[in-house]
Amino acid sequence: MNMDSELLQIIGVTLRMSFFSTVISCLIGMPLGVLIGKSVFKGKRTIKKLTGTLMGLPPVVAGLIVYMLFTKYGPFGSFGLLFTVEVMVIAQCMLIIPVVINLTESMTEINAKKLIETAKGLNFSKLKTSLLLLSENKQSLLSVVLTAFGRSIAEVGAVSLVGGNIQWKTRVMTTAIMLETNKGNFSFALALGIILLLISFVVNILASALVREDEE
Amino acid sequence: MKKLLAILLSVVMLLSFAACAKEKTPENPVIRMSTTTSVNDSGLLSYLLPYFEDATGYTVEVQSAGTGAAIQKAKDGNADLILVHSKASEEEFVSEGYGVERIPFMYNYFVVVGPKSDPAGVKGSESAAAAFAKIADAKANFVSRGDDSGTHKAELKIWGDNVPDSKSDSWYISAGQGMGACLTMASEKGAYCLTDKATFLANANSLELEIVLSEGEDMKNTYSLIECNPEKLDGVNTEGARALIEWMTGKECSELIAKYGEEQYGSALFYLIEE
Repeated sequence: MNMDSELLQIIGVTLRMSFFSTVISCLIGMPLGVLIGKSVFKGKRTIKKLTGTLMGLPPVVAGLIVYMLFTKYGPFGSFGLLFTVEVMVIAQCMLIIPVVINLTESMTEINAKKLIETAKGLNFSKLKTSLLLLSENKQSLLSVVLTAFGRSIAEVGAVSLVGGNIQWKTRVMTTAIMLETNKGNFSFALALGIILLLISFVVNILASALVREDEE
Repeated sequence: MKKLLAILLSVVMLLSFAACAKEKTPENPVIRMSTTTSVNDSGLLSYLLPYFEDATGYTVEVQSAGTGAAIQKAKDGNADLILVHSKASEEEFVSEGYGVERIPFMYNYFVVVGPKSDPAGVKGSESAAAAFAKIADAKANFVSRGDDSGTHKAELKIWGDNVPDSKSDSWYISAGQGMGACLTMASEKGAYCLTDKATFLANANSLELEIVLSEGEDMKNTYSLIECNPEKLDGVNTEGARALIEWMTGKECSELIAKYGEEQYGSALFYLIEE
C-alpha cells in the first residue's frame, strides 16, 4: 500500500461512509425511538422485541439482503449502485437504525413519564414535548450517536460484500485491514487497526466537547 | 428423557470404540496444512484427503487463506506443510530456511473469463499477454484480485511492464478480495478477470461470464508442496508432513487427481507433473 496518499484516501472514504450512516440512521431512528418511547399503545412490546432482534442482525446478512436488492437483475439494479459508497451507507443504515431506535426508546421511556406530566402542566404541544425530551437527554443521545458511529466504522462484513473493497473507490479501513491480513502482513494490518482506533478516539473527543460546550 | 440420554450415551460409546478400532494411529496424528483459498474452494482437498486419512489414521487440518497469509501462518509455526501456487514466494520461503524443499507436483491453467459479448475481442488471442493488451486498448472493465495472492501475482506477470494503474485507469478494478468475490464482481460489472479454471467452473452457474481464453503458454499454474523445516520452526509434525507429501506425490493420489472434475465438468481440473 502506498502509505501517504492511499491511506488518506481510505480514511476519507471511511469517515464519509460512517458520517452518513450515522446521520441518516439517527435522523430516522431517533424520532421513531422517542415516538415509541413516550407513547403507550398496543403492540409496543412487539416493536421492542423486533428492534431488539434486529440489533443482532449479522452484518453479512444485511449485506446479502442489500446485495440481492441492488444486483444487476435485482429490483433496484437499474440504479447501478452496487460497489459504491452509497450502497455501503444503505447496508449500514439497515444495521444501525434498529440500534438507534431501541436505545433511544429505552432512554425515552425512563424519563418520559415525569417530563410529559410537567409538559402537560405547562400546556406544551406534542412536538414541543418531544423536542424537550430530546434536549433533556443530550448526554444519553450522544452515546446513542457514538454507538451508531462505532458500529458503522468498525463493520466489515456488509461493506466488503456490497462495496467490494475496490481500491481508490470503496476500500475502507476495515476492509483494508482484512486485505492486509489476507496478504500475510499481520503487523501492518494491526497498525491500521490502531489508526482506526485513534480516529474513533478523536471523534469521541470532538463529540463530547460539542455537547459540553452546548450545555455551558 | 432418561431413555434419550441412554441412547445418546451408547452412540457416543460406540463411536469411541469405532475410533479405537482404527488399525494404526500415528504418534502425532494431526497434520496442519496451510493452503490457498483457490485450492480449497475447488473442492480438491475435501475429495482427496479422506482417502489419505482412512489409509493412515492421520487427521489433516486444512487452513485456507490468501497465499501471503498462508505462507505467513507457516512462518509463524502454525503449519506442518504448505500447498501453494506462487513460485517466487515459495522459493523465498525455502531460501529463508522455513521450508525444506519445494516440490511442484501438479498444475492447471489459468483462464481469462469475460462477458459473453466479448467487447474487447479477446477470443482467439495467442496468449494471455495478447488478450490483456486488447483489454487495455479497449479500456474494457477488468477485475484484478489485488491481494498479492498467487493468482494476482500470475496476473501481474502477464501484464509485465504494462500493469494498469488502478487509480487513473478507472476500467482496472483492484478488488482486494478472494477469487469467488472477484468473479461475482466481474459478472456484475461485465468485466474480464483472470481466474483458475477450477474456481470458475465451480461457480459458473451463477455467473454471467464465459471462458474467453484458455491454455495459453503463459497461463500455466503450478502447485507445490513444501514441508516446514523443523530446524527453524518448533513443533512441526515432520513425520506427518512427510507421509502426506509422499502420499500426494504417489500413484494412488495421482490417479485420483486425474479423475477429479471429469464427471462433473467433463474434463480434469488438475494435471500431474510427470517426472
